[in-house]
Amino acid sequence: MMTSFLFRAMDARAGIFLALLTAVILLVPAGNLLVPEDSPFHVPTYTVALMGKYLTYALLALSVDLVWGFCGILSLGHAAFFALGGYAMGMYLMRQIGSRGVYGDPILPDFMVFLNWDALPWFWYGFDMFWFAALMVVLVPGALAFIFGWFAFRSRVTGVYLSIITQALTYALLLAFFRNDMGFGGNNGLTDFKDILGFDIQANTTRAALFAASGIALGLCYFICRAITRSKLGKVLVAVRDAESRTRFLGYRVEHYKLFVWTISAMMAGIAGALYVPQVGIINPGEFAPANSIEVVIWVAVGGRGTLVGAVLGAVLVNFAKTWFTAVLPDVWLFALGGLFVVVTLFLPKGIVGTVSQGWTALKQRKVSASAESGSGTPPTAPPQSPAAPANLAGPGKGKPLSSEPQPAE
Amino acid sequence: MARSTSQLYLDGVSVSFDGFKAINDLSLTIDPGEMRAIIGPNGAGKTTMMDIITGKTRPDTGEVFFNGVIDLTGEDEASIAELGIGRKFQKPTVFESHTVWDNLELSLKAPRGPFATLFHVVTGAEKKRIEELLELIRLGEKRDELAANLSHGQKQWLEIGMLLAQDPKLLLVDEPAAGMTDAETAETAELLKEIAKDHSVVVVEHDMDFVRSLGVKVTVLHEGSVLAEGSLDHVSADERVVEVYLGR
Repeated sequence: MMTSFLFRAMDARAGIFLALLTAVILLVPAGNLLVPEDSPFHVPTYTVALMGKYLTYALLALSVDLVWGFCGILSLGHAAFFALGGYAMGMYLMRQIGSRGVYGDPILPDFMVFLNWDALPWFWYGFDMFWFAALMVVLVPGALAFIFGWFAFRSRVTGVYLSIITQALTYALLLAFFRNDMGFGGNNGLTDFKDILGFDIQANTTRAALFAASGIALGLCYFICRAITRSKLGKVLVAVRDAESRTRFLGYRVEHYKLFVWTISAMMAGIAGALYVPQVGIINPGEFAPANSIEVVIWVAVGGRGTLVGAVLGAVLVNFAKTWFTAVLPDVWLFALGGLFVVVTLFLPKGIVGTVSQGWTALKQRKVSASAESGSGTPPTAPPQSPAAPANLAGPGKGKPLSSEPQPAE
Repeated sequence: MARSTSQLYLDGVSVSFDGFKAINDLSLTIDPGEMRAIIGPNGAGKTTMMDIITGKTRPDTGEVFFNGVIDLTGEDEASIAELGIGRKFQKPTVFESHTVWDNLELSLKAPRGPFATLFHVVTGAEKKRIEELLELIRLGEKRDELAANLSHGQKQWLEIGMLLAQDPKLLLVDEPAAGMTDAETAETAELLKEIAKDHSVVVVEHDMDFVRSLGVKVTVLHEGSVLAEGSLDHVSADERVVEVYLGR
């Protein structure tokens, strides 16, 4: 049962993606640590941290694609789960500072001393242990998503209304975390980290390890998403996206399916946030900003909604462009981002990956029909198959490159 | 009107939306294995009646019983579907980005929980059943086609096939012949008669020729309640029916 569940996740496309990712995970740290600095193949530490950041963004985009691309839930609040995961990791890193802070208090982080607090708030207990923090990275976003989803999906809030309340959720958290008496460092957030698991957080080796960890997390989550979306459950998700009431009248409890995938997705976003924080060295309430969540949706739309690989590609490409633009033409970046979104919406409604695989399928079709016309080869077989869920059954056309129909963003 | 022996039993059902009485003291009994046609002008409450039976709308007053004992007014859509009531919508509603095969696979009677479907593996028996259904709805050739690429009539049949895959006891079919060619309409009537051999069927339809070709008992709805009941010839002879519906 479990093996067929996992086996299903693998096919050529997943294989290529995971192979490329493995190469990146191995080559980038090697280029940083093993190649001498004067070699043209040397990867500077700055680049390692930057690419590590891209990988955590890619994981966040993957989690958005899981709910939006496959189940039609347009979340404009996923950065909230990302930031919560980041804060959980940040709290661990704060406790690791110990007496090396500016005020030298062995227990209390600097900002608490500054605020004249005399004891650690209860919700900071346990964060001195890595395993506890790691658990919270997954559980806190998961629990919030579960509670939020429980009420939202049971009340059948869908479409733009749901998108708007996800924005409200992240905005509410933004305001709450800005307050000093919340106990999370207020406006300044958590920063000035020293080490993680006993290793110096600034060291090249630690940076390389964090990069590799981000890559591995991305690969694992991709694999899980793939297994989910290619199972029968994945087909039900697409069914919910396409015709929710039909699914209901077939006897599926739509709210349970949404809740399941929503919670999984929030947990993945939490993991992404936790890997992001040690690599950028700070977490503050700005991460909850509503615009951040919207930007994630743009990454997914650019890469190709409902394709998983597209989400990763979109996140990396757009963020690379952002880095480049903000260095070369800082004033132009927001216009470029807006322009990119308009162009993609108008000319590539399926995103990069969706458009490419559609073209590929059409090309193959044409070849087959051409060879049939000339009297050789097999007759044309069925055209493009089911987009999101090519399934676990042995039928013709299994595992072809697939593309999703453009769906209205609701 | 014996509740205990009925397949579907509605008694004194009323529902109003913002003061408008969509269904007004409606009583209706469908026997096991019966096929019933329901006709009526626009706004007579046909679709609202289906909404009440399938749990989409709660009645303000009245009783709705399935199999004589199960009170449907307290159940939601998913559990009513599980009890064995299948519903076809007026506008054909299939999963457009799934293949014909996947549409049927999703509809097959099987555990409906998220964890059951996550680890589900298609069995030989399921494949056999899907093959049978493809044969019945005449879509065997189109099994790997996306449902979006089907013609209107084929989508109607696919939806009927999806209903059958659920293995329901009662089928509610809303305007199955809408938008079909004459040949397709005739074939659909044959298909429904075939299905009615071992299912209870309620058909809502506007097309009089189609209702005549079914040759079953007819219930005429008007302003949310039953106006007349009997054979098509009997109800078409009824003056009130002619006035509200047939003679317009």
